[in-house]
Amino acid sequence: MWQKLYEALESRNFAIVAVAMDSRADAARPWIEAAAPTYPCLIDRHHRVAELYNMVNVPQAVWIDENGRIVRPTETAGAYEGFRKMDRATGTMPDEVAAVTSGAKRTYVDAVRDWVINDRASIHAFDPAQAKAHLSLPTETIAAAHAHFRLGQHLLGRGRDAEARRHFEEARRLHPDSWNIWRQTHTVDARGLASGPEFWARVDALGTRRYYAPVDMKGMPG
Amino acid sequence: MMITVIHEDRDVAITDARVTGDGLWLTAPDVDRSVGWTLKPEGLCRDDTCVPVPRGRETEFVDGRAVNIAAFWRHMGGPVVRDDTGETWVLGTSAHQRAQTLESLEAPDFALPDLQGRMHALSDQRGKKVLLVTWASW
Repeated sequence: MWQKLYEALESRNFAIVAVAMDSRADAARPWIEAAAPTYPCLIDRHHRVAELYNMVNVPQAVWIDENGRIVRPTETAGAYEGFRKMDRATGTMPDEVAAVTSGAKRTYVDAVRDWVINDRASIHAFDPAQAKAHLSLPTETIAAAHAHFRLGQHLLGRGRDAEARRHFEEARRLHPDSWNIWRQTHTVDARGLASGPEFWARVDALGTRRYYAPVDMKGMPG
Repeated sequence: MMITVIHEDRDVAITDARVTGDGLWLTAPDVDRSVGWTLKPEGLCRDDTCVPVPRGRETEFVDGRAVNIAAFWRHMGGPVVRDDTGETWVLGTSAHQRAQTLESLEAPDFALPDLQGRMHALSDQRGKKVLLVTWASW
């Protein structure tokens, strides 16, 4: 999804840093090899970036300027709720839902391009006050959840699976909004996806709440 | 007792440690090495910040040249999580500190490996606009 954007903009002093929230590099490998990106694709076994930037899902992104300052803090990067309306047996989506979903992706990619070309004059570039107002900040329980997740990862790497699972359970309990933690610590199916009945039950339980946090960006579906 | 202290992206093995229930006693140099705080007469210090030992509770925090880093950590508001055997301790960064960093709008730096194991830091891209974007296989 990002390679084309990168190729179009790399001559304009633009970089992409992609981070896979994956405890096992081998799980991410086939995806990276298939996409063959020319920008760095990093493996974040311990979800360190999620902890530093208070991320809860993928894809989420942050815009950072030439001086290392945050221009747009953590937000959903072009994903939309469309998948919730898909036919779960066939995996197909109604055309109008698919159109809104691809529209969200296009809007996001266009916004990145606009920022790279027009810099601070882009309507999508937040000034510092706006950037601060859009920050989502961690709580003490979120910080504790990350500590339990980190210990669980460490124990899992040493074959102490049962004990690791207890810490993962605690991390999920403390940070129920984190799909990163939930899906990473959930059993995956043969395709490597944590998208079985329990996943769908959890998505359905959201009700009117969003799976991907809404993005404050002109042109984005509400 | 041989223990591992995990803090930020550090994972430090320590041979000279003592575990007492919820307490983790390390020598002052090991505290410095594992979490980057230094024991001084005014308390436990990092950069310009010093956290004094709470009055009347000295024995909970300092014992000769040993520091109960777990007690200090909780006192400072950071999460402390240990395994069943007390061999592994995670001293997490407090929400307050994370929030302060984010509110400065300075993008927190990190270094992570690519598939070939080569390390890349976010700060390697300084001078460019960066789209930092996550994904996952699951």
